[in-house]
Amino acid sequence: MTLLYSEVEEELRASVRALLADRCPPAAVLKRVESEPTDLDLWKTLAGEIGVAGLLIPEELGGAGAGAGEAGVVLEELGRAVAPVPFLTSAVLATRALLPTRDALLGELAEGRRTAALAVSFAASPYRPGRGSSVRAEGGRLSGTVTGVAGADVADVLLVPVDGDLYAVEGVAAEVVPSLDLTRPVATVTLDRAEGRRVGACDLAATLRFGAALLASEQLGVAEWCLETTLAYVKERHQFARPIGSFQAIKHRLADLWLDVVRARAAARNAVADPSAVSVAVAQAWNAGVAVRAAEEALQLHGGIGMTWEHPVHLYLKRAKSAEIALGTPGDHREALASLADVPGPEGGEQ
Amino acid sequence: MNEAEIKERVARFLEEHDPAGDRLEFLRARFDAGLAWVWFPEGLGGLGAHRELQQVVERELADTPQINGGKQGIGLGMAAPTILAFGTEEQKRRFLRPLWTGEEIWCQLFSEPGAGSDLATLGTRAVRDGDEWVVDGQKVWTSGAHHARWGILVTRTDPDVPKHRGMTYFVCDMQAPGVEVRPLRQITGEAEFNEVFLTGVRLSDDLRLGEVGDGWRVAQTTLMNERVAIGGGPSRRGGGVMATVLNAWREHPELRTNDLHQRLLSLWVEAEVTRLSGARLREQLVAGHPGPEGSGMKLSFARLNQALSGFDVEFHRDLGYDDWTFRRSEDVDFFGRGPGYRYLRAKGNSIEGGTSEILRNIIAERVLGLPSEPRVDKDVPWKDLPR
Ligand SMILES: Cc1cc2nc3c(=O)[nH]c(=O)nc-3n(C[C@H](O)[C@H](O)[C@H](O)COP(=O)(O)OP(=O)(O)OC[C@H]3O[C@@H](n4cnc5c(N)ncnc54)[C@H](O)[C@@H]3O)c2cc1C
Repeated sequence: MTLLYSEVEEELRASVRALLADRCPPAAVLKRVESEPTDLDLWKTLAGEIGVAGLLIPEELGGAGAGAGEAGVVLEELGRAVAPVPFLTSAVLATRALLPTRDALLGELAEGRRTAALAVSFAASPYRPGRGSSVRAEGGRLSGTVTGVAGADVADVLLVPVDGDLYAVEGVAAEVVPSLDLTRPVATVTLDRAEGRRVGACDLAATLRFGAALLASEQLGVAEWCLETTLAYVKERHQFARPIGSFQAIKHRLADLWLDVVRARAAARNAVADPSAVSVAVAQAWNAGVAVRAAEEALQLHGGIGMTWEHPVHLYLKRAKSAEIALGTPGDHREALASLADVPGPEGGEQ
Repeated sequence: MNEAEIKERVARFLEEHDPAGDRLEFLRARFDAGLAWVWFPEGLGGLGAHRELQQVVERELADTPQINGGKQGIGLGMAAPTILAFGTEEQKRRFLRPLWTGEEIWCQLFSEPGAGSDLATLGTRAVRDGDEWVVDGQKVWTSGAHHARWGILVTRTDPDVPKHRGMTYFVCDMQAPGVEVRPLRQITGEAEFNEVFLTGVRLSDDLRLGEVGDGWRVAQTTLMNERVAIGGGPSRRGGGVMATVLNAWREHPELRTNDLHQRLLSLWVEAEVTRLSGARLREQLVAGHPGPEGSGMKLSFARLNQALSGFDVEFHRDLGYDDWTFRRSEDVDFFGRGPGYRYLRAKGNSIEGGTSEILRNIIAERVLGLPSEPRVDKDVPWKDLPR
């Protein structure tokens, strides 16, 4: 097991980064977030030309047969760009749910011809997978609502987990509600005796855990952008006849933030190399907070400009704060570690 | 060299050398077999192998006589990499073997009363006299000087040039006439560090490490290795001070509270991500050339050790202290003593080997490329600096 990046991963990173630099600069994201947030043209290129949609899908099912490491690198880059594309929702979460079924839909997802979303609240967690869903199945028909579903608005297919089974549902409208994270809107999905095709069994907790492992890489990317952008700014912005980055109060804050990001990188790589329950809980308990801290520090150290709609830092802050809730809060993951790492609470002892 | 080959070597070594025999004989033989530090060159205790493979050797030889990592810390972590990088062939052969086996203990003669964080301002003079140098000055906070056979010493050889340029690095013979070691009692009650007075100490020129005037560069190598050595941290999940805290936590359910539980889980996560980045850093290190990133590990190590040892005292609710007797410590007895001792000793972690403030400066300037504060001391000859 290695915590370093492979050459293949670095090549993949370079091509994703180049594409995003060209097609998805912060100004372009900002311009579209209020009208049509998700960039489906960009997603087509990413999926079709670079082949990111099929990374986790085995070759015999039409994918690239790569691993979580490669998907993690893609997410780092997407996080750095707050790129509004359904990679995490379709190519990671929905794909991971579908993988054990080996359903033919996987081939279509791999090519990027179709996009799926897992009809689960983005605020659900491996520990409470059912949070936000009231869906029931009766004779092959599904009824109920799921709140806070990410990626549902642009999905061709919804994958609905009910009682350990996974159903594919098409033609259901997702009602987008105003979302804190402008670049990854969430929607309410309402099913009223909707026809679902049962595609197989679904271990929802395991699926969400895998998603949480990879979300840590996205959070790393968000934090890296915030740190790098802030570094560039404090080197250039002058007050009191010096760059503000020469003031020790600022240098020490950024040194601490850098150290947090260094550790977030190790945690993210560990979670993709070994997506065990402990590694994932550690990565989420740490990286979620680091992304938020990095965005908050970025805003503060930019001064007034950081508070404007025009400057993209708010997109990162909103992404970071929503992602902190997504797939379990840091507190949920720490709580899970109590038993995973054998650090029992007071209730485990004699009172 | 790969893992299988190393294992094979260790197996052959064990066939020829009985771990139950004489301890020193065994350690010397281990050095000669290249199994001391495998990333060092052949003939100098190593095999020129990748540093990561050392873990394999340690695992395979876990039940054999061990060197004393605490007492030999300065030799192993600081003197050895510096000698390897700057020493002559003769110096390497003379010093490295007894350094590793622990037959000769090393100390670090860097800090002075007037030069701590600003090490480069130091004033201990070395003046050339034929084939010898005569050293006069005072060092302070010298850990383990009372055990030491040798010291790594930085001196001022040219007061007329700016401070960074006029220094020269030596190996100091701690048994030479004119070397006087006096204990300094610490907040723990014991005396682990010392003040060292150097009065007319004569060191032959073949004890010089690196060029005359190049002492700052040599010292940088020592300091970067020091930070990795101190901050290297445990390689096992839940190891180090965390292990001590966790054992107590598991054994004493009656002392647990919800508040402590929340804090312990946060610290557990921080310790784990710190351990992982240490592992990642070690993967990046090519044969003993740590960069400024090591400063980050030292910084997190200090924070964690202090938080955990403070936590431990609070958890135990014990108002006592194990022993205030003034004595000379054998080494840093972190695990053999009580929570109170650990709490107090850990306070030094953010001072020794570069304070946490200085490490943040280093990260900010050398890793992140932030501009330095305006400086008044850079181009002034050392002798004209305000003090
Ligand atoms: C337990 C222990 C063992 C030690 N062992 C050894 C040893 O074996 N050999 C050896 O040579 N030395 C040793 N030291 C000394 C150690 O390296 C120094 O104490 C350290 O470098 C700080 O120097 P100082 O004590 O003079 O503090 P100062 O440099 O005077 O610092 C005082 C305070 O000012 C802060 N400060 C100073 N400059 C700046 C700046 N530019 N920006 C922001 N803050 C600043 C410091 O962070 C600190 O908080 C040891 C120290 C301890 C505590």
